Amino acid sequence: MPEHPIVEIRNVSFGYDPARPVLRDIDLAIARGSVVGIMGQSGCGKTTLLRVIMGALAPTRGEARVLGHATRSLDRDGLYAMRRKMGMLFQFGALFTDLSVFENVAFPMREHGRLPEELVHDLVMLKLQAVGLRGAAHLRPTELSGGMARRVALARSIALDPHLILYDEPFTGLDPISFGVIVRLIRELNDSLGATSVIVTHDVQEALGVVDYVHFMADGRVIAQGTPDDIRASPHPFVNQFVNGRPDGPVPFHYPAPEYGADLAAA
Amino acid sequence: MPRLDALRGQLERLGAAASSQVWRLGYASRFLGYLVLHSGTALRRFRLTVAEIYFAGVLSLVIILVSGLFVGMVLGLQGYETLQRFGASESLGVLVALSLVRELGPVVAGLLFASRAGSAITAEIGLMKATEQLSAMEMMAVDPVARVVAPRFWGGVISMPLLAALFSAMGVFGGYLVGVQLIGVDPGAFWSQMQAAVDVRNDILNGVYKSVVFGIAVTWIAVFEGYDAVPTAEGVSRATTRTVVTSSLAILALDFVMTALMFTGTEK
Repeated sequence: MPEHPIVEIRNVSFGYDPARPVLRDIDLAIARGSVVGIMGQSGCGKTTLLRVIMGALAPTRGEARVLGHATRSLDRDGLYAMRRKMGMLFQFGALFTDLSVFENVAFPMREHGRLPEELVHDLVMLKLQAVGLRGAAHLRPTELSGGMARRVALARSIALDPHLILYDEPFTGLDPISFGVIVRLIRELNDSLGATSVIVTHDVQEALGVVDYVHFMADGRVIAQGTPDDIRASPHPFVNQFVNGRPDGPVPFHYPAPEYGADLAAA
Repeated sequence: MPRLDALRGQLERLGAAASSQVWRLGYASRFLGYLVLHSGTALRRFRLTVAEIYFAGVLSLVIILVSGLFVGMVLGLQGYETLQRFGASESLGVLVALSLVRELGPVVAGLLFASRAGSAITAEIGLMKATEQLSAMEMMAVDPVARVVAPRFWGGVISMPLLAALFSAMGVFGGYLVGVQLIGVDPGAFWSQMQAAVDVRNDILNGVYKSVVFGIAVTWIAVFEGYDAVPTAEGVSRATTRTVVTSSLAILALDFVMTALMFTGTEK
């Protein structure tokens, strides 16, 4: 356990239906200044865990402490105050389609600060320069490629210099160049801002190249954790199958079905 | 016994459907309360609301004005045809104006507003939800109800009475075109009888009250359906359809209730 973690999840369980928990007894801590991956198969509960961290879902049991606050005890204003110190990159960017690239990045500044418009302009240009899209400030989100939209969303998520940046599947659907750019930006922005980053992803090979530490999830539990090298060398059969992309293993290739011969004979 | 079981099953389904509708009405009412309480941003930064007045009101002008003109022209034709049988064709202006300011203006403008602006509001908010734009706002500590929903609500509520007034004005002009210019009713009689018979409080103001109530009902339904939409293409499509159907029925039902309350006992 790191000292003074920025995120601390203690014995957290969560389920929309008590009979079918999505998260089961999760225990993890995220060290300040690190880039941490939460990895696992689709449907394993990693996005739900991310929603618990952002305070969008309250644990049914256990406690989630984020930036020093127990999220369950926060009211709406307390939650919003906490989120002002957080940035979030959504899977497909979630840019506001009625605003330009410039206005998207300026949005959090204009909503929360009473900054002079000249200062907002300079800050937006600074953020766009950091993601290499200063020249695209005038474009609308519909005029951007998937990779560019993700970079604009990244610039927007760091608009208020957050302490904690959350990434929900940041690599999905990116071409190799855009992917390389996003990986580099995640690392550089985290280090230059002195922030902490949490990446939720199932793109294991890509993510292992950028993260400092990994929590590996399956069926609502953390089944393995460690450095990227620990995960690559993990003896756990599921982690091994997942990291190496083997088609058969603990997750079988065939969906459960009656005996093959019986099915053929029936025809 | 099987027949009794089937009857009980049907009653249970009916009860569940009714209870679900009551629950939904309660949820929508709480949503309206929350929306009104969090309207500070929409009123303080009034340019947000002005932008929505443009989208809901100004962009609806063409359909409202053209429909108003044609409804007025049809009223002129039909009204003259009926009135001239009783030798009262000079009262054409009264008939056209009263029909429009009391009933057709608020009701038809409301129905058109629901189809044009209500559906657009639902689709826009629903798509913002489906593409995680509302969640992104939440994550930026910006309340989407205050920032997105409230300006659209007040924009619609302000636009609707103005559109209804313009609909009625265009309708009266359409009645004048057909009655006076085409058929040849005396223009003096057309305007003076209208001026004498149309009462500001009983007729015009009651029409304005109706259009305000219809504006609130349509925009409330539209923003609620959008915000509550299932965040998929099919969900947004269903929500948009529900907005048009529910608001049209709400307008017709409210019109009956308000007409009964406003005009019962005022006739001599």
